Amino acid sequence: MHKLLQSDGFKSIASSLIAILAGLIIGYIILYVTNPYDAYYGFMTVIRGGFNSIPRGIGSVLYTATPIILTGLSVGFAFKTGLFNIGASGQFIVGGFVAIYIGVHWTFLPTSILWIVALIGSFIAGSLWAAIIGLLKAFRNVNEVITSIMLNYIGVFMVNFFVVRTTYDSLRNQSITPSLATVPKWGFDTLLPNSGANGGILIAIVVAIIVYIIIDRTTFGFELKAVGFNRDAAKYAGINEKRNIVLSMMIAGALAGLAGGLVYLSGTGVHIEVLDRIPMEGFNGIPVALLANSHPLAIVFSGLFIAHLNIGGFYMQRFDFVPEVIDMMVAIIIYFSAFALAFKGVFEKIARKMKGDKA
Amino acid sequence: MEYVIEMIDITKQFPGVLANDHVSLQVKKGEIHALLGENGAGKSTLMSILFGLYTPDKGTIKIKGESHNIHNPNDANALGIGMVHQHFKLVETFTVLENIVLGVEDVDKGMLKLSNARKRIVELSEQYNLRVDPDAYIYDISVGQQQRVEILKMLYRNNDILIFDEPTAVLTPQEIDELMKIMKRLISEGKSIVFITHKLNEIKAVADRVTVLRRGQYIGTENVADVSKEEMSEMMVGRKVDFTIEKEPSKPSDVILSVRNLTVASKHGSKPAVNNISFDVKAGEILCLAGIEGNGQSELIYAISGMIPIESGSIVLNGEEMANKNVFARYQSNLAHIPEDRHKHGLVLDFDLSENLVLQTYHKKDFQKNGFIKFKNRLNHANRLIEQYDIRAGRNAKTNTRSMSGGNQQKAIVARELDRDPDIVLAVTPTRGLDVGAIEYIHKQLIAQRDLNKAVLLISLELNEVLEVSDRILVIYEGELVGEVDPAQVTQQELGLYMSGSKREEVTIDA
Repeated sequence: MHKLLQSDGFKSIASSLIAILAGLIIGYIILYVTNPYDAYYGFMTVIRGGFNSIPRGIGSVLYTATPIILTGLSVGFAFKTGLFNIGASGQFIVGGFVAIYIGVHWTFLPTSILWIVALIGSFIAGSLWAAIIGLLKAFRNVNEVITSIMLNYIGVFMVNFFVVRTTYDSLRNQSITPSLATVPKWGFDTLLPNSGANGGILIAIVVAIIVYIIIDRTTFGFELKAVGFNRDAAKYAGINEKRNIVLSMMIAGALAGLAGGLVYLSGTGVHIEVLDRIPMEGFNGIPVALLANSHPLAIVFSGLFIAHLNIGGFYMQRFDFVPEVIDMMVAIIIYFSAFALAFKGVFEKIARKMKGDKA
Repeated sequence: MEYVIEMIDITKQFPGVLANDHVSLQVKKGEIHALLGENGAGKSTLMSILFGLYTPDKGTIKIKGESHNIHNPNDANALGIGMVHQHFKLVETFTVLENIVLGVEDVDKGMLKLSNARKRIVELSEQYNLRVDPDAYIYDISVGQQQRVEILKMLYRNNDILIFDEPTAVLTPQEIDELMKIMKRLISEGKSIVFITHKLNEIKAVADRVTVLRRGQYIGTENVADVSKEEMSEMMVGRKVDFTIEKEPSKPSDVILSVRNLTVASKHGSKPAVNNISFDVKAGEILCLAGIEGNGQSELIYAISGMIPIESGSIVLNGEEMANKNVFARYQSNLAHIPEDRHKHGLVLDFDLSENLVLQTYHKKDFQKNGFIKFKNRLNHANRLIEQYDIRAGRNAKTNTRSMSGGNQQKAIVARELDRDPDIVLAVTPTRGLDVGAIEYIHKQLIAQRDLNKAVLLISLELNEVLEVSDRILVIYEGELVGEVDPAQVTQQELGLYMSGSKREEVTIDA
């Protein structure tokens, strides 16, 4: 038994599960306090998540999960290399805008490749936007948390400005829909009709696998991790630590930018609204990454899980809960999920104790 | 005979390790009692038990004749036990005074009252000759002075049993002498001292009795006057240790590293850290750069290895100008570097051993193909070095380096650097904080490199090491070379005069 408890994989998974369980319990208490009659049904609705309505709900989970898996990868990748990318929102919106711009204006390209070019555009835009953070960090030692938060605001307002100038639907105060550039459905529309699910989820999963391979299997990942764990030792080892910091931020930004591209090219009528609001997909990447302990493959599952809860929250509206309570409930579960690491420590203690008793 | 501390049959088990196996320690009142053992022998565990940081599984502790259970440091403090930890527990941004009173502050109507404390601290520092400015900030004072603050902390709390955990590891030779005087002063005032160390000279210099531990077991207690250093080291290591280093006369040949008029800026102040230094290191010799810590040695090495930029001058390695090349290029020119700070530079502590052993060579053909790591080769490489250099690590190649002992971490670095088959090895305080067994081992490795016709540039703060290992000595003082001496002819005293700047001469390079 304690052998199982000692294995790293088990500890990681079990601690995440316990964190989720604790979040569910507290969430239930909150529901009960606000509305004791519907608490049980509301709670079960959240748990059922996407399965409240099959197949539509499941499709919605996949659709919601796509961007947060990618922003989760963005945050997680930066974490692995010792950086805290809190600027995924800014990279997301910049990437999203460039995708819309290309989708709307580069219609001279055949539609079969327009969406690909637009996605590549979002990828590059996100990476360039994040490069600013990396350059400041590497060459001026400016804390990346500060620059990335500030670039969120700059990104949002800059995109608003450019939307108004280049792709503006003035009637609705939002961006024009790039109807010729949409991510293909790849059968998801027949499998899960009316849900918005599209090939984006497959792209996100493939990207997660690529990120995993880069981090774990390549010398590039080795360098990035060395810089992340110990910048001085990396420098001593002859690794160009400045270059690696910039590259690491650029890759993180590219992933968040791609998330933006996939959202705004999803063909579900999502627009960039000209408002002073920072897109939540970027921040949601943080709990997704934390819950998965920054492991790229685990991020796919944590992204799906958090999307599942969000959809569950959506269906909870049929009960008598104010929407804020629903958001709170989902947020609490996510919040507790972030404690996964703390629970891991508890597990290690238990394992040690069990071993101690036997000896 | 009255004992102030009696720890009888102490046993403490950690997962996988029996840290103390029926260990006993009896300390008389008014003596300096040395606790001797290699890294991992159980000295720190035993003292942590006395200080209340761990509870023993078995055994009894008597303080001044009465049996006690010590559950935490506050209990220990109440019994008059104080400890100076190896890594000081001071708040850097507080003053000396604030650090000393921290936890036992005088409070007047809710306000902190420091006037009495200040008076007492001034008295104590005069009584024990512990000179330190009570209003200086910790980050402004030297390591030696920080240690005095730790000692004052214990005195301020009226502790009369003082534990010093390897207090000399961080000090310069002069500071060590000073500490020895302070310790003698303390016992003359009626305190009792437990002195944890693995340096035999220091035991000979100050201790009255010595208790030796080896791999968690009690080996014996002796009067220091009755045992020789050789006997103590045999008790500690379990075998005879060579103190005299056997080596042939050096046969220097080609110049490998040639430094000319090198000037390196200082981080603080306007005076350069390294000022117009020129020297050569030849194949087949160990050149030692001797000096007191902080006289520009670190900056010189960082400049040679490429980690910091230089102001002016040239660094020629194997005939190639390196002054503007990066670290990577210098490794490509067969430079190896055993760094001063093994945790900051030498290892990525979150990597496992196999990863750390390829820290500079991960990009070589053996370890990657098209950017993909060859895990099997990396593992084989680690296993070979573990075997060849006798690196002890719990989970072998997969051991997280953070969990390894200091000696084995250093062995891993030495293995990695020497295995790259370098032409020149920069070895910076390579034996700092290690026990005699490991020191002997590293000295032998450096001499073996020399005998393979490699160049070795050794930076050392320990006079013994300087005199015994090197073939030629340059003395550095305030960033300048102040003397070149022959280790076979110079005395410790004379070397000390050069190192303290009292004596200097022009250093010339014979072409």
